[in-house]
Amino acid sequence: MTEELIIAGFGGQGVLSMGKILCYSGIVQGQEVTWMPSYGPEMRGGTANVTVILSDERISSPIVGEFDTAIILNQQSMDKFEKTVKKGGTLIYDSNGITRHPERKDINIYLVDAAEEASKMDSAKTFNMIVLGGYLKIKPVVKMENVVAGIKKSLPERYHHLVPMNEKAIVRGAEIIKQIQKV
Amino acid sequence: MKELRLMKGNEAIAEAAIRAGVDGYFGYPITPQSEVLEYLMSEQPEKRTGMVVLQAESEVAAINMVYGGAATGKKVMTSSSSPGISLKQEGITYIAGAELPCLIVNVVRGGPGLGTIQPAQSDYFQSVKGGGHGDYKLIVLAPSSVQEMYDFVDLAFTLAFKYRNPALILSDGAIGQMMEKVEISDQKPRWTNEEIIKMSPWATTGKTPDRPHNIITSLDLDPSKQEKFNHKLQAKYKEIEKNEVRFEEIQTKDAEYLFVAYGTSSRICQKSIQMARAKGIKVGLLRPITLFPFPSKRLFELSKQVKGILTVEMSAGQMVEDVKLAVKCSIPVEHYGRMGGIIPSPAEVLTALEQKIL
Amino acid sequence: MAEKITTNDIVKEENLVFRKTPLFIDKPLSYCPGCGHGVAHRLVLETIEEMGIQSETIGVAPVGCSVLAYEFMDIDMQQAAHGRAPALATAIKRLHPEKFVFTYQGDGDLAAIGTAETIHACNRGENITIIFINNGIYGMTGGQMAPTTLPGMKSSTSPYGRDIKTMGNPLKITELVAQLPGTYYVTRQAVHTPGAVRKAKKAIRMAFENQKLNKGVSFVEIVSNCNSGWKMEPVQANEWMVENMFPFFPLGDIKVPAEQK
Repeated sequence: MTEELIIAGFGGQGVLSMGKILCYSGIVQGQEVTWMPSYGPEMRGGTANVTVILSDERISSPIVGEFDTAIILNQQSMDKFEKTVKKGGTLIYDSNGITRHPERKDINIYLVDAAEEASKMDSAKTFNMIVLGGYLKIKPVVKMENVVAGIKKSLPERYHHLVPMNEKAIVRGAEIIKQIQKV
Repeated sequence: MKELRLMKGNEAIAEAAIRAGVDGYFGYPITPQSEVLEYLMSEQPEKRTGMVVLQAESEVAAINMVYGGAATGKKVMTSSSSPGISLKQEGITYIAGAELPCLIVNVVRGGPGLGTIQPAQSDYFQSVKGGGHGDYKLIVLAPSSVQEMYDFVDLAFTLAFKYRNPALILSDGAIGQMMEKVEISDQKPRWTNEEIIKMSPWATTGKTPDRPHNIITSLDLDPSKQEKFNHKLQAKYKEIEKNEVRFEEIQTKDAEYLFVAYGTSSRICQKSIQMARAKGIKVGLLRPITLFPFPSKRLFELSKQVKGILTVEMSAGQMVEDVKLAVKCSIPVEHYGRMGGIIPSPAEVLTALEQKIL
Repeated sequence: MAEKITTNDIVKEENLVFRKTPLFIDKPLSYCPGCGHGVAHRLVLETIEEMGIQSETIGVAPVGCSVLAYEFMDIDMQQAAHGRAPALATAIKRLHPEKFVFTYQGDGDLAAIGTAETIHACNRGENITIIFINNGIYGMTGGQMAPTTLPGMKSSTSPYGRDIKTMGNPLKITELVAQLPGTYYVTRQAVHTPGAVRKAKKAIRMAFENQKLNKGVSFVEIVSNCNSGWKMEPVQANEWMVENMFPFFPLGDIKVPAEQK
C-alpha cells in the first residue's frame, strides 16, 4: 500500500497538524511516512499545504506531481490542486468558502462540511479532525486505534485531555462525508 | 525496539547531536535550518548532557567558536544555510588548515546571493572543491532522508576525529523541513577530559609538565614547511578517498541507463525509476552518500555496463563534472536540473532521461 | 686594597633582583627592538606563573605582529583568524569554565575587523581576559592606517595624515566596551616606563584573577608604540606616544568593579 496525499487550505486550519497526526498514526501502524510541507513566507500570508505519503515500502520521492487523494479546504487550493489528482483518484473538500466546485469528471469527489459541523459541535479546533475522519472513512489507510495513538504522540501530554473530543470529531467526520461523484 | 519519532530533518540533526554526545553547538538563525537551534534551545541540552548551545552574533562568529572549541578536542558543530555557509568559509579554511575535527551542516537553499529560501543543491562545488581559500577538502556526507540526517551526525564526528578533518553534512531545504520516521539511538556519554586528552593529544587543554605546549594554528611563514604541510594534507585526503567512499545503488544490476543523484534529487530519481521501468526502460540509480570522497571508481565500472548517464541536481549542473571525470568521457553524460528553489518532479526527470539519453 | 669580586660572587640566589619567567620560551623575539609587545608578553606570562595556572590556561593569539605569540609563550595556545579571537575564547571558556582563557590582540584585529566579535563577547559577559595592544597602526602588515590611528597621523595608507573627513575618526573601543554590562573591569595602561610597567602588571593580574569571580570580561588596553611603523627611533617613538597618543587615549581605569575600588 502506498498513499500519496495532499492536504491544502489556509494557515490556521490545522492542515499541517492533520498531516502530522496521520504520519504518527502510520508510524504506529508500522508504515513508512513522509510529511513535506510548503514552507516560507506564503504560509504566514495564507495558503498552507502538506504532502503526506504513507507506505508499506521505502518511500521514494517526497515530492510528487500527482496525488492519490487531495483534501482541499479553500478556493485557492481548489484552483491549484484539483488538477493534480490522479485519474480515478479522490478529491475531498469542504464547501465552506468554495465559489467554484470541482469540475473534473474523471475522479471520485466527496464533500465533508467540516467547518459547519465544527461550529455545530461548538469547537472550531476540531475542524481538521472532522476532515480526517471523513478521509479515513473513504481511505482507511490507518486503523482507528492507531489514529488515537497518533494523536497522543503528536500532542504534548498537557493536551491529552483533548483526545476524546478529537476522537468524537473523527467519528463525526466519518458520518457526514458524502459522495458527490463516482467514477 | 528503539524509539520511533516523527521529526523534521533539522530537528533530527539537533536531537542526534545531543545523543551523539556533542559538547557544543554554535549557530545563527537562517531559513530553512533555524529549527536546529530552536530545537536545541527548547531541549535545554545543558540539563540533559551538559552540552553547550550558543546563539552567536553572526555565522562568522559561530564558525570561529567551533574553531575554538574543536581546538580543545571537544565535539563541536554548527549549522546554517547557503548564505550563512558562505560567511563561514573563512573559519572553515582555518579549521581545515589547523586540522580540527568538527561538523558543519548546510541545509542548502537556492542562490546566488540571498536567492530563495526553497531547497537547492547549488552549493556542491563550494562543499567538495574547497569553498574557502587554499588546497583543502572537507569530508562531505549527503543524506537523502530524515533518518540519514540523524545517523550522519554521529558518522560525521567519527570520520572527523579519525582523520582530524572537518566534516560537512550537505543537505537541502526539503530534507531539513520534511518529517519522516526516525529511529532514535541511545544516548552516548560526552567524552571526559581524560578521554579527550587520550584521544586528541594535540588539543589545547592546558599545558602540563609531561608535554610541550600545544599550539593550534594554520600559519607557517616558512614556505618549505608550508609546502610539506600541504603534502601531508593531500596524503590525508588520498587516505580518505581510499577508505571512506560510500554510495548506494538502486536497481543497477540490469540497468542499461543510470541516474546519478544525491540527497533530495536521488529520492525523486527513485520514483522516476519506477515510472521508467513500468515503460520498459531499464534504468538504475547510483546515489553518492559521500560527495568527497566521490564514488568515481564504481562509476567507472558502471560506465562499462550502461549506455548513458543522467545526473539530476537542483543546480545548473555541478556534480555532473565529477561524473564525467569519473567515467573518463567513455559514455554520454548529461545533466538535468532545476534551480532557484524548484524541485523537479519525477515525471520531468523521466522525460529528461528519454530526451537526453535514450 | 679590597678583594676582587668575581661574577660567581654576584650570581647568587640572594642577590637576584630580576629573572625571566620560565614561561617565556627562550628564543629571540620576532618583535622590533623598542616594541612594547615583549614587555606585555612578559607581564602576561609572569602573571600566569605567579598564579600557578600554566596548566589551566588557554590563550588565543591574533593576526598581526603578535600572530606568533604562541612561539614565545609556554602555554597551550590557539591562533585565530583576523579579529575572531573573542569568538574562539567564548567557546573555549564555555566548554572549559574551569580554565583561564585570554585573548591577546592588536588594534587592527580587535577594533576593526573583529569589532563585532569584541563587542558581542563583551556584551555577553564572557568570563575571559582580553589583552589589547594599541599602537595606532597595522604593524605586521606594514604600517597601514588602523582604527586607532590618530587624526593627522601618517601611515602607508594615510600618507598625508589621517583626514577624519574622508577616513573617519579613530575609535576609542575601550571606552565603548566599558559601556557594556558584560564588562567587569576595563582599564588602559602602558609599558614605556618602569612605573607604567608595574601598574600594567597589576592590571593584568587583576584581569586574570577576575576570572575566578565569573563576572564578565576583564579588558586591559595597553597603549604601545610602533617605532618601525611610525618611522622613529625607539626613544623618540615613546616620546611621541606620550605627547600624542596619551592625550587621545588617556591612561587609567575606565571601569572598576565597586568592590575593588
